[in-house]
Amino acid sequence: MISDLFSTTVIIGIISSGIRLATPYLYASLGETFSQRSGVLNLGVEGQMLMGAFAAFYVALKFGSLWGGVLAAILVGAVFGLAMAFVSNNLHAAQGISGIGFYLFGLGMSNLLFQKMIGTVETVQGFPKIYIPFLSDIPGIGEIFFSHNILVYIAFFLVPVAWFVLNKTTLGLKIRAVGENPDAADSLGVSVIRVRYFTVIFGGVMSALGGASLSIALLNVFQQNMTSGLGFIAVALVYFGGWRPWGILGGALLFSMVNSLQLWIQVLGIPIPSEIALMMPYILTILVLVVSTSKVRGPSALSKPFERGD
Amino acid sequence: MISEVLPDFRYLDSNKEYVMVKSNTLPSGQTRIDNMEICGITKRFPGVLANDHIDFDVKSGEVHALLGENGAGKSTLMKILYGIYHPDEGEIFINQKPVTINSPMDAIKSGIGMIHQHFMLVQTLTVAENVALGLLSSRGLLTDLDRVSKRIIELADIYNLKIDPDAYIWQLSVGQQQRVEIIKALYRGAALLILDEPTAVLTPQEVEELFAIMRQMVKDGYALIFISHKLHEVIEISNRVTVLRNGKRISTHLTSETTKEDLARWMVGHDIEFITSHEKSNVGEVLLKLENVSCNSDNGRHGLSDVSLEIHSGEILGIAGVSGNCQLELAETITGMRKTTGGHIYLGPDEITGLAPGELTERMLSYIPEERMRDGVIRNFSVAENMILREHHKSPYSRSGFLRLKDISAHTDELIEQFQVKTPSQATLAKNLSGGNIQKLVLAREISRNPRAIIAAQPTRGLDIGASEYVRAQLLEQRKAGAAIMLISEDLDEIFALSDRIAVIYEGKIMDVLTCEEATRERVGLLMAGVHPKKKASA
Repeated sequence: MISDLFSTTVIIGIISSGIRLATPYLYASLGETFSQRSGVLNLGVEGQMLMGAFAAFYVALKFGSLWGGVLAAILVGAVFGLAMAFVSNNLHAAQGISGIGFYLFGLGMSNLLFQKMIGTVETVQGFPKIYIPFLSDIPGIGEIFFSHNILVYIAFFLVPVAWFVLNKTTLGLKIRAVGENPDAADSLGVSVIRVRYFTVIFGGVMSALGGASLSIALLNVFQQNMTSGLGFIAVALVYFGGWRPWGILGGALLFSMVNSLQLWIQVLGIPIPSEIALMMPYILTILVLVVSTSKVRGPSALSKPFERGD
Repeated sequence: MISEVLPDFRYLDSNKEYVMVKSNTLPSGQTRIDNMEICGITKRFPGVLANDHIDFDVKSGEVHALLGENGAGKSTLMKILYGIYHPDEGEIFINQKPVTINSPMDAIKSGIGMIHQHFMLVQTLTVAENVALGLLSSRGLLTDLDRVSKRIIELADIYNLKIDPDAYIWQLSVGQQQRVEIIKALYRGAALLILDEPTAVLTPQEVEELFAIMRQMVKDGYALIFISHKLHEVIEISNRVTVLRNGKRISTHLTSETTKEDLARWMVGHDIEFITSHEKSNVGEVLLKLENVSCNSDNGRHGLSDVSLEIHSGEILGIAGVSGNCQLELAETITGMRKTTGGHIYLGPDEITGLAPGELTERMLSYIPEERMRDGVIRNFSVAENMILREHHKSPYSRSGFLRLKDISAHTDELIEQFQVKTPSQATLAKNLSGGNIQKLVLAREISRNPRAIIAAQPTRGLDIGASEYVRAQLLEQRKAGAAIMLISEDLDEIFALSDRIAVIYEGKIMDVLTCEEATRERVGLLMAGVHPKKKASA
């Protein structure tokens, strides 16, 4: 019943699972932020997540190594990122379209490999929860913040790291310059192409990790199209977060909380049609983008291939 | 051996006399470049010989101007020197030693810096971040902006450039941004600076400040290459001048031994009559009137605010202002392409506020847009189709929805002849014409209707001298015929040459409207920078 939603246990549950559910968004959005800040729009995030999810799940299932699964996801993500980087940097492809191509490829490929190599629904023992000593014993707070698996902790830890890299390192300076005015960066001897290869490959790795966090840490299964649009929401979150890691953290939490609420509504049997509940995160995506995009300005060179004169 | 043949270091002082300088080191700590020579540079682009065996040199302590029309090959030559293009033939020597410059990095390492016409600055980064970009950091992977800032202030002090290293580029005026470009080059150890049309975007006062900096740099032993097509600036600042035309070097002279007329003749290939003054025309009733007009701009910053202007029949009102002070918004508001947020616009006695461009066509308002390729013609339409864009739906060009090709063709022939549009045929696509001929096409379409009012936005930008003078003469012709003309231009010379009265626009506001007699370059220049002389005096 509706009143159940307001009990302490349920509220703590909603927040706690909201934090866990933010994980795949964080990986994918932080990676996409790097890519977009350097001027490359990668719409293939969803496909890269699916491939990462499958690779990690397969290795975990067949070889019993979760870290091996993470490594597999990283490799697959890097390969996909490399392909996207090549298509956008060297072939000057229209990035929106080629990204959708990579999404469809990842969707079909992960399903094909799943059918051929696994075939049936199986589960793995995912990363276990790590209870931080003492902190996890604090009532409420402990369950919300300090009782998650390692991939969740890493995702949140990467937020300040990403901020630091973008704003305090020479690499970050190059990334921001390349996304804003590649001609200026080029005239100062910064290799626009090299920077963009780095960010797009990094984005691929992060997306794949986001997928892996679903298949071997949160849900511990692999299914066809298991991300179901999550990768596209991750792209939207980059806009929502104003291309800044902290903004993305806020956006990821907002969406995952709504998602979590929606799940609990179904679990508690509150009489709202499940279809409506399922729609909530997506409706929120649209509303939030309508409200937010008019205010923040993205990288000027976003989705424009770079070509030097001559 | 090579060091023995180095010439004495000297510079030309303000009296055009050579003065010896002892130090081999520039104030920035860089070793100077005694001379740089370009020998026999040739560069071909598909269908164009951009540079045809060009020789050019510059010495420490001089400004060598490179003069030529658009497409003469100035920029190509300098991009070769800066490593952006690669020459097909020819060699470059620095201090008598041959050098290979394959990229801007190579040029920077050789001590060459370039101030691009379109600044190579990242708007969303700070001054220090822009300077630090691409340099090795003393802190390894981390940026060392504090150290960079300190050095920027040191360098800025030498030439009194006054730059805040922590300011964002978008917060700076165009003149300040140019200083950041100079500091960026000096920071990287430039001893030779290429300044590509550096005055194009500056107010007269900012030009003077830039020239003062350049004179000081020359005194200190820098070698400067000054690219321009403004004759009086070349004469004012340069020690030597080389003229290019159609990719060939026409002449190299000491500037003191040439005249404006010589330079113009070399540039164009024949004598040019400059429109310097014009007789008074018969000013009639007010034809175009703006009353407290306001609008929004695209970038969310200031739009037009409370603009009131009157233009009489037979009058040219010049709108002077630095680029980006809502000139485009002004033109678009009047021509119905942008919504007003307040105020009224009248053409003759009728209010035209908020009318669509089609209705304004009916009321004989003509528009010569700034972006002629975007707003003036349809690139993939033929010359004939572009000629009738405005009135294609009317007799005699169409009847009951069918185009009457014979009449269109006859009309086009007539205009091509009358306006001297050089085109292979009527069927040639607009995009295949040169800039000057596209502008003549637009002019033909807009002016041949005998409009009551004309909004001319940057009508000669990017045109060569010949085409520019033609366009100006046509505007004067229309003025004589009684049209009210608004001339929006960033070229002060053009404003002064054509206008009966001059209005100065700054951040979307009209600072003042001056008559020809009141308008001096200094006064207009101050207004363009947003300074109101009267208010300043009273404050």
